Amino acid sequence: MKADPSGVLTGMHFLDGDHAACEGALAAGCRFVAGYPITPSTEVVERFASRIPMVGGVFIQMEDEIASSIAVLGGAWGGKKVMTVTSGPGLSLMMEHIGLAAITETPVVIVDVQRGGPSTGLPTLPAQADMMQVKWGSHGDYEIIALSPASPQECFDLMIRAFNLAETWRVPVFFMMDEVIGHMTERVDIPPADRIDVVERRWTTKKPGEYRPYAAGPDGVPDMVKAGDGHRIHITGLTHDERGYPAMNPAAQDKLVRRLTDKIRKNREALADIREDGVEDADVVVVSFGITSRVAAAAVDSARAAGLKVGHMRLVVVWPFPEHRIAQMAPRVKAFVVPELNLGQIALEVERAAAGRARTVRIGHAGGTVHEPEQILAGIREAAG
Amino acid sequence: MSQNLAIAADEREYPVENPVIPYLRQERIPHIWCPGCGIGTTVNCFARALTESKRDLDQVAIVSGIGCTGRVAGYLNLDSFHTTHGRAIPFATGLKLSNPKLKVVVYSGDGDLFAIGGNHFVHAARRNMDLTVICVNNFTYGMTGGQLAPTTPIGASQTTMPYGNFENPFNLPFLADACGAVYVARWTVFHVKQLTRAMHEAISKPGFTFVEVLAPCPTLYSRRNKLGDGVDQVKYYKERSVVKHGAATKEVALGFQGDIVVGKFVDRERETWLDGMNAHFEKVLGPRYRRYGE
Amino acid sequence: MGRTEIRIGGLGGQGVILSGMIVGKAASIFAGRHATLIQAFGPEARGSACSAQVTVADAPIGYPYVKNPDVLVVLSRDAYAQFAPSLKPDGMLLYEEEMVSLADHPLPPGVKAYGIPATRFAEELGRRLVLSMVMVGFVAGVTRLLTVDAFEKAVVDSVPRGTEDLNLRAFRKGYEFGTGCVPV
Repeated sequence: MKADPSGVLTGMHFLDGDHAACEGALAAGCRFVAGYPITPSTEVVERFASRIPMVGGVFIQMEDEIASSIAVLGGAWGGKKVMTVTSGPGLSLMMEHIGLAAITETPVVIVDVQRGGPSTGLPTLPAQADMMQVKWGSHGDYEIIALSPASPQECFDLMIRAFNLAETWRVPVFFMMDEVIGHMTERVDIPPADRIDVVERRWTTKKPGEYRPYAAGPDGVPDMVKAGDGHRIHITGLTHDERGYPAMNPAAQDKLVRRLTDKIRKNREALADIREDGVEDADVVVVSFGITSRVAAAAVDSARAAGLKVGHMRLVVVWPFPEHRIAQMAPRVKAFVVPELNLGQIALEVERAAAGRARTVRIGHAGGTVHEPEQILAGIREAAG
Repeated sequence: MSQNLAIAADEREYPVENPVIPYLRQERIPHIWCPGCGIGTTVNCFARALTESKRDLDQVAIVSGIGCTGRVAGYLNLDSFHTTHGRAIPFATGLKLSNPKLKVVVYSGDGDLFAIGGNHFVHAARRNMDLTVICVNNFTYGMTGGQLAPTTPIGASQTTMPYGNFENPFNLPFLADACGAVYVARWTVFHVKQLTRAMHEAISKPGFTFVEVLAPCPTLYSRRNKLGDGVDQVKYYKERSVVKHGAATKEVALGFQGDIVVGKFVDRERETWLDGMNAHFEKVLGPRYRRYGE
Repeated sequence: MGRTEIRIGGLGGQGVILSGMIVGKAASIFAGRHATLIQAFGPEARGSACSAQVTVADAPIGYPYVKNPDVLVVLSRDAYAQFAPSLKPDGMLLYEEEMVSLADHPLPPGVKAYGIPATRFAEELGRRLVLSMVMVGFVAGVTRLLTVDAFEKAVVDSVPRGTEDLNLRAFRKGYEFGTGCVPV
């Protein structure tokens, strides 16, 4: 279906990534946000708080990120599309509810405007060091989706996709910004509402009595209802059966957890979004995401000018990791070069997928600013041997 | 044959179904609670309060945290949410704000609501979020095996206070009152009629309403403190309860096996968070504001 | 001009970020080019060091940071001291001449320096707050980076409703001064 025009600020704007992300959420149909202020993400909720009264919805500033991250899950079961917004320290507090969202299959978008860590770290400066935390941070086995925008325009465009993916797959979807993307201002074109496709919640067509909250369809995803629809659902963070009732035995655990992971793992290729540039005959492929991809592109241009055969893969969807594509390329490239604003997170995935068939050169950076293009160029040169 | 006759006789004698049965998810019975536990009694009272309230049960949702009382959500035949430890209130806040037609009731234990969840209680009461919070207070952590709770009276023994508790417990009605709850009552599972009425009043009143119910945990609290079984605890409630409606909440703190002041302590009017939001935005934004929740 | 990198430096409250916003908006929305704005400021809202980095280009911009600006605009002594060494040789320095003394710091070779009493102009217009508009006009007049029309539209689009006229007058004051200005 098409976007509700009341949330779409059609036109050309000069916005930073935080504001653009908020506009993306409004265009996607987000009508309930619970959040807690934290640099450098606060502008997202500030804008939502100022815009939502005229759009029709609710913003509430909760007492902490733990509260925010579960208030939005309540909001989703009340029937709204929901989002919460944070940065590293807040994300750490939210972890238990990532797991609750995963096991209860609650559609939620979580924006993480990454800053330097660990702990309070660098509140006003960038990093990309939460990439593994969003994948693995809550306990137990589960899967999530993570998108990595590289511009304010993508903060708008990909945010709509983030909501659509959350509704389609009923998983937490992480929107992995960073301080630079969040605070960098660029032109953002917001199209008319009738040119924005939004995915509606998978409302069941079954009647009360027939509906089983966790009976999944062929794609591994169950249809949903909201509280007040007369289905008298029971939703629990305990391992549960198709009725949603606690079922604490190995067979129920195996069935549930395999489905929660398979619904994403088996659709890895369909979910992938890789922007490739000149990888076909490349000796070296740079794998990057987010703000780093913009710096990497400059380094790739310089390397090509110097006669090196370099390709560039930008991961728009970072999780699930597109290991199939790395595996395809590994036998015919010398090396992958992975620049990222951390000391080696996504590089580990590249290394794993390459499985020894190509080298992986890490261009780590502790954060606080972005790489110099020259640092990445040096890595490309080293990889090209 | 004789067994069938016995059943038939039983049905003749008791032709009316237990009125609470329609409120329960029959397929989930038997429940997990111990013999002598007070939680079931509170559920019985709650079901009767729902009957008296004549609410459309499709529009009542119940949210629990984790713990023995946290399991209440799973047995009630309502839209029910069994969330994480301590976080029932913020979940309920989101549920209520997202779907304001719902009556949202948080039903959980003292450890869940006031230790790990204390901050959320404080803020939901401050905001006058339109929720009813029912706290079954058994002075202990039941599900994990009898550890110190923020309500454990001084002197009571717990597995993590093996030489007797020396920490000051919360006086829950005083806390709720100070934070702004519009309705505050305390009863025990001995007072089933009064408790039912208090629950009915609490779910009928808009805003943040709070009912504390004292309930025995014979397996852990009573046995460890040599207080007998569930019946002995109910006898204690009967003998030592003092009804004082309107009592000053700062004077209703509980001591170990001491007097229990029960009654309706607070019943006042305050604008709910959502009504406040609508009124405020209408005032400051005028016709640009899209009124929410109707 | 394929790519122009601008740094604007001053103190919180001088409208440094707003100036960067107007240049970026003029380029990317009203002149059909590409622009990025990066802002850096201290934790204090007023009086602390504050700077904006604006890149204007004909093609999409990858690396968004300004290391060696083609154009440096400074509104405070500290900003001049901090950023003057990074100015590109043969670049342009635009400075508030009552706040900044060129004698404080040497400039890279070939730099053309243009001064303006922008604070005084703003005060003459009745509002010291329009200092940043005078400076934006000065940038427009000296650099000829974009059309006046694009700048004026960006000014109107960026200032509070009801203050458009005052801000445009301030912009034009700076612009006229800039078009006639010769480097020191």
